[in-house]
Amino acid sequence: MRNLSISARWVRVWQRNFSVYRHTWKISFLPPLLEPLFYLAAFGIGLSSLVKGFSYRGQEIAYLPFIAPALLAITIMYNAFFETSYASFVRMYYQKTFDAMLATPLTLEEVITGEIAWAATKAVIAALLMQSVISLCGLVHYPEGLLLLPLAALGGLAFAAIGMVFTSLVPNIETFNLPIFLFITPMFLFSGTFFPLQNLPTWAQWLAQVFPLTHLTMLVRACALGRLDLTLMWSLFYLVAFFLVAYPLAIRGMRKRLIK
Amino acid sequence: MQPLPDWGNGVAPNVITAKNLRKSFGTFTAVDGISFAVQKAECFGLLGPNGAGKTSTIRMLYGYSPSSGGELHLFDQRITDDWRTVKNRIGVCQQEDNLDPDLSVRDNLLTYARYFNLAAADARATTGRLLKFFALDNRAATNIRELSGGMKRRLVLARSLINNPDLLILDEPTTGLDPQSRHQVWERLEELKTGGLTILLTTHYMEEAARLCDRLVIMNQGRILVEGRPHELIRQYVGREVIEIAPTDAALITCLQSRGLHFETFGQRLVIHNQADTGLFAALTEIFDGRRCTLRPATLEDVFLHLTGRELRE
Repeated sequence: MRNLSISARWVRVWQRNFSVYRHTWKISFLPPLLEPLFYLAAFGIGLSSLVKGFSYRGQEIAYLPFIAPALLAITIMYNAFFETSYASFVRMYYQKTFDAMLATPLTLEEVITGEIAWAATKAVIAALLMQSVISLCGLVHYPEGLLLLPLAALGGLAFAAIGMVFTSLVPNIETFNLPIFLFITPMFLFSGTFFPLQNLPTWAQWLAQVFPLTHLTMLVRACALGRLDLTLMWSLFYLVAFFLVAYPLAIRGMRKRLIK
Repeated sequence: MQPLPDWGNGVAPNVITAKNLRKSFGTFTAVDGISFAVQKAECFGLLGPNGAGKTSTIRMLYGYSPSSGGELHLFDQRITDDWRTVKNRIGVCQQEDNLDPDLSVRDNLLTYARYFNLAAADARATTGRLLKFFALDNRAATNIRELSGGMKRRLVLARSLINNPDLLILDEPTTGLDPQSRHQVWERLEELKTGGLTILLTTHYMEEAARLCDRLVIMNQGRILVEGRPHELIRQYVGREVIEIAPTDAALITCLQSRGLHFETFGQRLVIHNQADTGLFAALTEIFDGRRCTLRPATLEDVFLHLTGRELRE
């Protein structure tokens, strides 16, 4: 069974999730459209007046253009991670959807790949919606802003894969609190999202380099500001590597969990 | 329901051949070396109390879990050779309800059809035909959550036929259904059987097994105890008729022992199998209170309890 593992049939799993999404798109569309507006209102109108412009990567920047791309990176992370954690867990554990799939010619590898690919797709859709809102506010520089789409796909894959790793490990749905408080929330706050990393002590700056969100935020911000340079290659490499490690771990974990 | 593929040479090949099949989980052995064969167009039953190894066996058959030993051939192919082709020819109705609650009745079938890479037009045609066959065509747009237990089961059955399988595997297809729904499911399964579909069935309902199965095995603790046709097993292990007496007492037992009769007692109930003496029942009703004695035809349930014992399996 191991030797046939994966074919293009994983698309069927992706299609299943897309069908469900299409039925609920009116609700699914709202958060990525409204959330940035809330944040931009709170930070742009409320907090901006308190925060003077500061230097970011050697150039002066106002607070709003600094934070808007970070919100985009966070949206990518949330959409991908929550899809392969909570949503996949519900499908696997409560709805037994994976069991039903595994009675067909689909393999476990295809089921998990389809789930991860779908979560990344959801992240791309959310990023696209949010990007259009902040673009209207003049906060995205083009043509560099066009790179945000493939970047959302890459970030989506990385966070989807790590979400699936946790899904293969948690004994019950409540346990997701642990990776969220120990991994997602610290990343949300300390990945150079709401303030520049250089404001942190040196050791914390180094620690932040471990967070995939740090690298995604740097990349998204560079694209949105139209300030691309070669040092970003390291962040790109890190995200790719992160996915390439997490993806096989997710498959191995799910095989261990489901195939008995 | 659909014409069966021609396997050539006129000899009925086995659809399933299991030789010394084993499954263990750590130190626990769930299936302890079982051998059986299922022929084309046959309905074969796997019976046994909870923990007998039925579901473990079935899961190996449809490739959900790898076997720990022995040989398994489906459609004369070793299951390790070409899993994808083998799975394409199997329909599975799993024990737990795992319909997709996020999708409508019709979309459940259409989505499942995609897992088999069916062409969209074929999938739509088969879906329409199956919904009709299982009397669900007026529910096509309904959400799964609004279906009754019987409708859900029928939909799971319809789903397991979406790929026009050559082998249908049913793991307790009528557990938890009301009598009407059960009979409806049985009628559909009988129609499929008549159409030449090969069926492997597990069930806890002996009535169901006796009605549907051409042959069956009774398993206990991972091993096969007996194999045969339902009526043959009944004749062999229990006889034609069974006398039940309840409540039992010492005088009754002494009387039966003095006549050299074999009987089994279960709490307050006493059961006599295999009586050769046709006048026994009349004699007993004369000696003891007639209202305590019942004469009834022997059933598969008698065989099952006789072979696997009456203690609870929990």
